[in-house]
Amino acid sequence: MDFSSAKQFDLHRRMVRIRLFEEAAGRLAEANKLPGFLHLYVGEEAVASGVCGALNDDDHITSTHRGHGHLVAKGGDFNRMMAELMGKSTGYCKGKGGSMHISDTSLGMLGANGIVGAGSPIAVGAAFANKYRGRGQVAVAFFGDGSTNIGAFHEAANMACALHLPIVFACENNEYGEFTPRDKTMAITDVVDRAAGYGMPGVIVDGMDVIAVHEAAVEAVERARQGGGPSMIEAKTYRFYNHHGVQNLGLKYRSDEEVAVWKLRDPIFTFEDRMIENGVATRANFDDIWAELRADIDNAIQFAEDSPYPTPDQITVNVYTSMTGAN
Amino acid sequence: MSDERKLTYAQAFNEAVSQMMEADPDVFCAGEDIGAFGGVFGTFAGLQAKFGEKRVVDTPISEQAIVGLGVGASVTGLRPIVDLMFMDFICVAFDQIVNQAAKLKYMFGGDATLPMTITTAGGGGLSAAAQHSQSLEALLCHIPGLKVVMPSNPYDMKGLMISCIKENNPTVMIKHKRLLGMSAPVPTEAYGIPLGKGNIIRPGKDVTIVAYARMANEAISAAKELAEEGIDCEIIDPRTLQPLDTDLIIDSAKKTNRVVVAQEAVRFGGLGAEIASQIQELAFDYLDAPVSRIGAPFSPVPFSPALESQYIPDAKSIAKGVRDVMARR
Repeated sequence: MDFSSAKQFDLHRRMVRIRLFEEAAGRLAEANKLPGFLHLYVGEEAVASGVCGALNDDDHITSTHRGHGHLVAKGGDFNRMMAELMGKSTGYCKGKGGSMHISDTSLGMLGANGIVGAGSPIAVGAAFANKYRGRGQVAVAFFGDGSTNIGAFHEAANMACALHLPIVFACENNEYGEFTPRDKTMAITDVVDRAAGYGMPGVIVDGMDVIAVHEAAVEAVERARQGGGPSMIEAKTYRFYNHHGVQNLGLKYRSDEEVAVWKLRDPIFTFEDRMIENGVATRANFDDIWAELRADIDNAIQFAEDSPYPTPDQITVNVYTSMTGAN
Repeated sequence: MSDERKLTYAQAFNEAVSQMMEADPDVFCAGEDIGAFGGVFGTFAGLQAKFGEKRVVDTPISEQAIVGLGVGASVTGLRPIVDLMFMDFICVAFDQIVNQAAKLKYMFGGDATLPMTITTAGGGGLSAAAQHSQSLEALLCHIPGLKVVMPSNPYDMKGLMISCIKENNPTVMIKHKRLLGMSAPVPTEAYGIPLGKGNIIRPGKDVTIVAYARMANEAISAAKELAEEGIDCEIIDPRTLQPLDTDLIIDSAKKTNRVVVAQEAVRFGGLGAEIASQIQELAFDYLDAPVSRIGAPFSPVPFSPALESQYIPDAKSIAKGVRDVMARR
C-alpha cells in the first residue's frame, strides 16, 4: 500500500506526541512529581500509532497497563492526561484513576487497565455492541505478549471468533512480561501462532516500522468492518525504558547491548529518515513538528501543575451512576 | 383478575426479561445454554425463539469473557443481561466483576456508565455439593460499585429483575435455586421494585427477623410456629443487599428491641454480621438482647442429603434463634 504524505505525517505526529508525552512523564517521575506506577510506551510508538491511524473516531480500543500511548494515538488531550498522572481534579479521571486507568470513552478509549489480560474481554463486549448496532464500528484490543498466557485472553479470543465479531487483536510483543523474557514463559516464539487455534488469521509485522503496522492494521480493520471477523496482528517491538519507571530497578534483566540494538531501530527516527529519503519531508519539517509538540507538552505540564487536587468530598463520588442522571 | 394469575419464580424472571427486551431494543442476553435450551434452570426458556439469536446469545463456557462481554457492551451503550449459570462461577469471573465492572466508572472519574445485569443462581438444597451450592453474596456486597439483589418470591423476582435491567449500574441478580418452582400471584404488567427498598413481609411486635431469599420463606414458617407460642415476629426482607435498606431494619429493631438475622450463607463474615453491626451502632440503646445470627457452619456445603439438610438453616433453626433471643431478660 502507498500512503499519502498527509497520512505519513499523521502517523509521524502520533508517534512524536507519544514520545514527548512519555519522556516528559519519565522526567517528572524521576523528579518525584508523579505518584504511583508509570509504565512508559517509549519504543513501541509505531504500534499504537499505526493501528489507531487506521481507526475512525467512533471505533473502540482497550488498552493495557502501558496505556498512555494508546490514548495519545486515539487523540488524547495532553492537558487532561498530564493532570491525571499528577492526580489532579482536571485529569481525565478526576484524579481517581491515574496512569493505569487513563481513559476517554468519548474517544472510544475504554481504559488503560491494571490487570494483565483484562482489556481483551471488554474489547469483545465493545465489538459485540458494534455488531449489534450495525453501524460498522470496530474494536481493537491492544495487549502484550505476556497477557496471552492468561485465561481472560484465551476466553476473549475464542468468544470473538465464535461470535464472529468485528475486532482486531493487536499484540505488542516486546519480548518481556514485566522482567521475565518471553522464552521463559511460553514455548512458542510467535504469539500469532495462537491465532489459528481460535480460527482467526494472524500476521507478524515489524513493530518498529509504523508503515508496516499501519498496512496490517488497515487490512485487519477493514476485514472486521466488512463482516470478515476477528484477526490478530503481532507487532514485534521493544520498550526502551523499564517495565515501570525509567531506570532499571533491582538486578539487570536485559543486556545493554540488547537495548542498544533495539534503540538503533527507533521507530520515529528511522521513519523520519525514510520520509526524508523518499522526498516526503525535510529535516526542517520535523524540527517544526517537534518544537510545536514540545510546546504543547510544556503547556500541559504547566496546566497540570497549576490544577487543583481533588477535594476529599470527591472520594465517594462516581462510585455509582445516579438513576436521576447525575453522577 | 390479572392479579390472581400465578407464575413461578423462574417464570417471573423470564417474564421480566421478556418484557424489558420488548420495551428496549438495547437489552440482550448472553450466557451458557440460554438459547435454544433455555438455560439449565429454564429461566431463559423461549426467549431465543421470541427474540432471535442476535439478542439471546449462546456463549462458550467462558465466565470471564461472558462478564467482559457485558462490561464492554454496556460501557459502549447496550444494556446486557449476562448469565453465570451457578453463583459459584462468579469466582471464575471475579476479575471482570470486581476489578472491571464495579470499578470502571470510578476509575474513569465518572466517564462510564455500565447498565449491566449479571444473573446467577445461588443457594443449596439440591445435593449439588460444594461448587454448585454456595451463597457468596457477602463477597459481592463488599465491593463498591455493585448492586446485589436476592428475591424471596415470584412477585419480588419480577419487580426486582425489571429494576435491575433498568438500573444504570452493574447489578447482580441472584436467583435461589430452591425457589425456582415457587408459585404466587404476579401482575401481568411490567412493574419495578426499587433497589435498596426492603419489605416488611409480616408485621409483629416482639422480635424482628431479618431474612432474605429462601431464608425469608423459612422465617415465615418459623413465625407461624412461634405465633402459636405467643411470640409475634416481624419479618423484614431487605430484597436488595447492596444497597441495604438500613433504615427499615433499624426502625424495626427500635420497635421490637430484639433481632435475629437469618442467612443461608456461612455465618462468619456474612451479611448477618454487617446487619448486626449496624443495629448495634444505630440502635444499641433499644436492644433487650444481643442480635442473633443464624447461618451455615464454617464448612463447604456438603453433598449427602443427610449432611446438607443439617447444614442449611431452616425454619427450625430460625425459630430456635428467636426463642433464645426472647429468653434474654
